[in-house]
Amino acid sequence: MSDENKISRRGLFMKLGVLLNGLVATALTIPIVGFLLSSITRGRANAYLSWVPLGPIKDFPEGETRLATFTNPYVTPTDGKTVDTACWVRRVEGAQFQVFAINCAHLGCPVRWFPQSGLFMCPCHGGAYYRDGSRASGPPERGLFEYPYRVHDGMVTIQAGELPTPGSPTASLFGNKPPCGARNEFVSIESKLSACSKTNALLGKTNT
Amino acid sequence: MSVIGQIGQWFDKRLQLAAPIRDAAEHPVPRNTASWFYVFGSAALTVFLLQLVTGILLALVYVPSASEAWSSLQALNHDVTLGWFIRAMHGWGSNFMVAIVLIHMVQVFLFGAYKFPRELTWIVGVFLLLMTLGMAFSGQVLRFDQDAYWGLGIGASIASRVPIAGPIIVKLMLGGPIIAGATLSRFFALHVFVIPGMLISFVCLHLLMVLKLGINEWPMPGRIVKRATYEKEYHQLTTKDGVPFVPYAVWKDLFFAAFILLAVAVCALYFGPFGPTGRPDPTIIQTAPKPDYFFLWLYGLLSYLPPSMETPALLIGPVVVIAFLVLLPFLSGEGEKSWRRRPIAVLTVLLIAITLGTLTHLAGYTPWSPHMNAWSSDPVPERFLHGATALQRQGALVFQAKQCRNCHSLGELGGQRGPTLDNVAVRLTQDQLIRQVIQGGGNMPAYGKNLSPAETTALVAFLEILHPAGQAPARDAARDIVLRESGTHP
Repeated sequence: MSDENKISRRGLFMKLGVLLNGLVATALTIPIVGFLLSSITRGRANAYLSWVPLGPIKDFPEGETRLATFTNPYVTPTDGKTVDTACWVRRVEGAQFQVFAINCAHLGCPVRWFPQSGLFMCPCHGGAYYRDGSRASGPPERGLFEYPYRVHDGMVTIQAGELPTPGSPTASLFGNKPPCGARNEFVSIESKLSACSKTNALLGKTNT
Repeated sequence: MSVIGQIGQWFDKRLQLAAPIRDAAEHPVPRNTASWFYVFGSAALTVFLLQLVTGILLALVYVPSASEAWSSLQALNHDVTLGWFIRAMHGWGSNFMVAIVLIHMVQVFLFGAYKFPRELTWIVGVFLLLMTLGMAFSGQVLRFDQDAYWGLGIGASIASRVPIAGPIIVKLMLGGPIIAGATLSRFFALHVFVIPGMLISFVCLHLLMVLKLGINEWPMPGRIVKRATYEKEYHQLTTKDGVPFVPYAVWKDLFFAAFILLAVAVCALYFGPFGPTGRPDPTIIQTAPKPDYFFLWLYGLLSYLPPSMETPALLIGPVVVIAFLVLLPFLSGEGEKSWRRRPIAVLTVLLIAITLGTLTHLAGYTPWSPHMNAWSSDPVPERFLHGATALQRQGALVFQAKQCRNCHSLGELGGQRGPTLDNVAVRLTQDQLIRQVIQGGGNMPAYGKNLSPAETTALVAFLEILHPAGQAPARDAARDIVLRESGTHP
């Protein structure tokens, strides 16, 4: 009859035991999830980014594009060579620079610069970019990623620290987005350049 | 009673496992499932066990640290006795495992084994396939070389395209802002603890269901699966025409398992271990990264998808494919099992196999990639220079020096990104050539800013002589008339 509704002493203790374990498990979830998400929370508010030097301005002749390397600002003891990063530095004229990420805007393979034809070419899927980083042909949807740069006391420094990927916020802030990319094959490179510099100026790209 | 028998009895009195094991081994299976078509599941399990053993052996030496992993692989290859052989067995075992799992899946699909009541066996199998691919990818990462490094970059680029959550997923995947020490550590944890743990438990579930539900009977055209009657029919089949699994069917599994292990060992001995290729140093940019064999099709697909299609295809495609595979037993849980009566199933398998095979084949020689050294290393075929004027020869120099050769082949040497130019003069008139060179288009960059007028003139003069002997170059008929009327043309 009402026996079914009665809770026995043992039954109660078992339920309390389950409840206790549930509470402990919930409490432990907090540090576990916090640990698992540490790589995200640590990088909040662009904390991974900082200004790193690329070298004296005299290392980069005007009108030329040179390979430069820098050490990623965030280093852990087991990183080895992986923190050394390459980038392409184009000195347009004077203190006007463009610093391109080595990673293709398609899938991140390392692009190579060919000064003779004024093109960056990607070995993976054949993405090609003009000297100003805008898309020339191939699968990339946009131009090369650009690092924000500063020239101070004769040193070229860039703001870096995260792997540039098509979805990263830094990549969408800086660099040639589709509006100034080579969507129209008949747009001259000059007009693309000016369109891009306008976009960059609007985005508050530093150039001191 | 012999001593061994007595020891056995002593253990069994305490373990009480002999009877259930005997029952499982001797459970009746339909006579015609003792077939060579039914050996792939056990072969996959065999290779998985091989991977466990060789993996543990490698872990005795391997160091999962971005600064030392590559050197520890070199030590395995060159310093540790037979380290190269264990690495080769593990690498080839991985290729064999993916292949056998895929063959097993195709066989199960074509034999209708996913139908009632084996839906869950199939679904667990789908997850086993995904885990196997996860093991293949994470294993490639542990071979921490240039391909692994840039392969991670490709993975991060794909993951970053997820709307909103993209950058978060990338940091979670890499364990930090860049591909570095933390990235290798977490892929080590995935490859060595997380995925194998899930694999082992899922394999147990998979096997348990095969034992409980019985092996799929040989599909006969016209023998229709109905939920109401199937189990009774299957029971009759195993009682009337059944044979004990051991030894009637198992000997074929054993033979095939031994054959597969031998094949892995022969490949390991003959071809040796995979890599590692160059050091994972991101400042070495003279590299053309490529994924391992079973991801080559994806590498190929990514070069052929139109740019606007790529992100949707990458993000929605896998979801659709996995959802379809999981839902398959519910979409066609009853009906014909025999592939003879399921033409669409057969055609689907053929279509997928041909598509994946073609993409894999293409990714083997990447016609879409520029040949980075073609401009400086490939010779201009002699027949195009023979009797050429100074201007045309100058054009040949421009052609090489401006890296045209990286994408266009001459005499079958050079890139295949653009069309071969052996007969370009037949296809394009002088005006069209000038326009194409200066403005580009059709997936060719515009060279207007990188060629002086003199260089363009020379280059077009050279391109105009690129036609097969005896075939006239293209000409603009209208221009001939205009020139003739204006008296500047004979």
